[in-house]
Amino acid sequence: MADILLEARNLSKHFGELKAVDDISLSVKKGEVLGFLGPNGAGKTTTMKMLTGFLAPTSGTAYICGEQVTSENEKARARIGYLPEGAPLFGEMSPRSFLKFIAETHGIVGREADDVVESAASAVNLEKVMMQRLDTLSKGFKRRVGLAAAILHAPDVLILDEPTDGLDPNQKFEVRRLIEAMSVDRAIIISTHILEEVDALCHRAVIINRGMIVADGQPSELRAKSKYKNAVTMLLPMDNAEKAAAALKGIKMVGGVEAAREGDQMRLTILARGGGDIADTIGDIAAVSNWQVSQYTVDPGRLDDVFRQLTERDV
Amino acid sequence: MGAVKTIFRREFSSYFASPVAYVFLVIFLIMQGLFTFYLGAFYSREQADLVSFFTYQPWLYLFLMPSIAMRLWSEDRRSGTFELLLTLPIPTRAVVIGKYLAALAFAGLALALTFPIWITVNWLGSPDNGVIITGYLGSLLMAAAYLAIGAAMSAITKNQVVAFILAVTVCFLFLVAGLPMVLDAVSAWAPEALVLAIANLSFLSHFESLQKGVVTLGDIVYFLAVIIFWLWVNRIVIESKREAG
Repeated sequence: MADILLEARNLSKHFGELKAVDDISLSVKKGEVLGFLGPNGAGKTTTMKMLTGFLAPTSGTAYICGEQVTSENEKARARIGYLPEGAPLFGEMSPRSFLKFIAETHGIVGREADDVVESAASAVNLEKVMMQRLDTLSKGFKRRVGLAAAILHAPDVLILDEPTDGLDPNQKFEVRRLIEAMSVDRAIIISTHILEEVDALCHRAVIINRGMIVADGQPSELRAKSKYKNAVTMLLPMDNAEKAAAALKGIKMVGGVEAAREGDQMRLTILARGGGDIADTIGDIAAVSNWQVSQYTVDPGRLDDVFRQLTERDV
Repeated sequence: MGAVKTIFRREFSSYFASPVAYVFLVIFLIMQGLFTFYLGAFYSREQADLVSFFTYQPWLYLFLMPSIAMRLWSEDRRSGTFELLLTLPIPTRAVVIGKYLAALAFAGLALALTFPIWITVNWLGSPDNGVIITGYLGSLLMAAAYLAIGAAMSAITKNQVVAFILAVTVCFLFLVAGLPMVLDAVSAWAPEALVLAIANLSFLSHFESLQKGVVTLGDIVYFLAVIIFWLWVNRIVIESKREAG
């Protein structure tokens, strides 16, 4: 398809005996934000380094806009905006001189360079610190400078390695909004181990563990794999809780009941056997039995649960 | 070319981002002065030339050039900007050359700031300015060779101090290759051709003829070959360190 801007075909990377990345294939279309998930050490960063041409794959190939990525092919690299892990910067420079340097390496010079630097800087709200030394900036600002450097040449593909790592909630929100805004006509791949990120901005999520892809799908599809899919959660007085739990466990559609104390009330989570729809049935029973239920919610499934399920296996 | 210039500009200005550059320039000029006037006995020789100025430069450079080159790559490896540089749409060789030229320009600036000594000899007497110019040329070539070694050593490690020590060691070997202490040790067992080859590797012998005003193609080719060889090593080290992450 012409719309696929980033493609990895059977990428593997071995460091001696260690298979850091083992036969990973994925593609990202224009307008798509792919969340690349996995525990620390799963091979996310190694994969991204291969996608940007920093590391040469042991086998397999990566393509950016049809160009094969190698450490020699600058044409492929020119179409990538890359935020490396930890957003490394030249500490002695100011954001302005740093961004200008990056612009020049993309062949953007003179007046045009000033323009792209200013617009990238204002996209991430850097105006106030443009003349400060980079090593005196806070973590959030440094990350934003790295982002500005990644987007200033309007790349077709954005590869962002943990773009919100170490940011406070407000900054995270800002960065996500920015990524969302940029996703319209680009392919974006972000690595993260923060699951809320996936819900907040990814159209598709790929989970990797020990260098291999263990899940690939829309966040809602992945979430549905959770044992909490269609689980019903309700809050009820302590006195009724035990009685209710016992009664619910007897129902065929119920896979199990989890209880957690909350003040002088109890929070019951009723798992649906096979992810079936139990909300109506449980609701009816609760009403008839007069358990004095409050906060009745149905769970769409939990990403963190799926994540654990998939990545904790055989550890 | 544009990419080399971009890298060069960034690296060169980064020397002046901290006071270290100015401290270095001051130390260089003081040391150069001490060597010229005390060890070199500039006045008591009563000669209108810069022999005493150039004679000790190989030894002065042995420590000062590695200190210019030591941060070139190790700093990037330490801070992670190594990855940033190598994922920019510019060829690796442009980064290698740009960084190297920045170090060379800084050394050239330091050397240029010794101009008062040249004014002094011209004021005191009437020296052969042609000899002085080839002396400066030889000095710059030798600095360039030291820096090429220093740059390659800087790529080997994330630690600037280790880079410095490695560079001094390798530079020292090149410096003393033509001295009896090395040649005597080798000539006992090696064939004459090898001894001659080692003797010819020495910076000292090639520098000497240049500071006497003799420009031979051989000396210039020698220094250029050393520079190109070490830049090539630099490139190879970078490629292998890229793989190591």
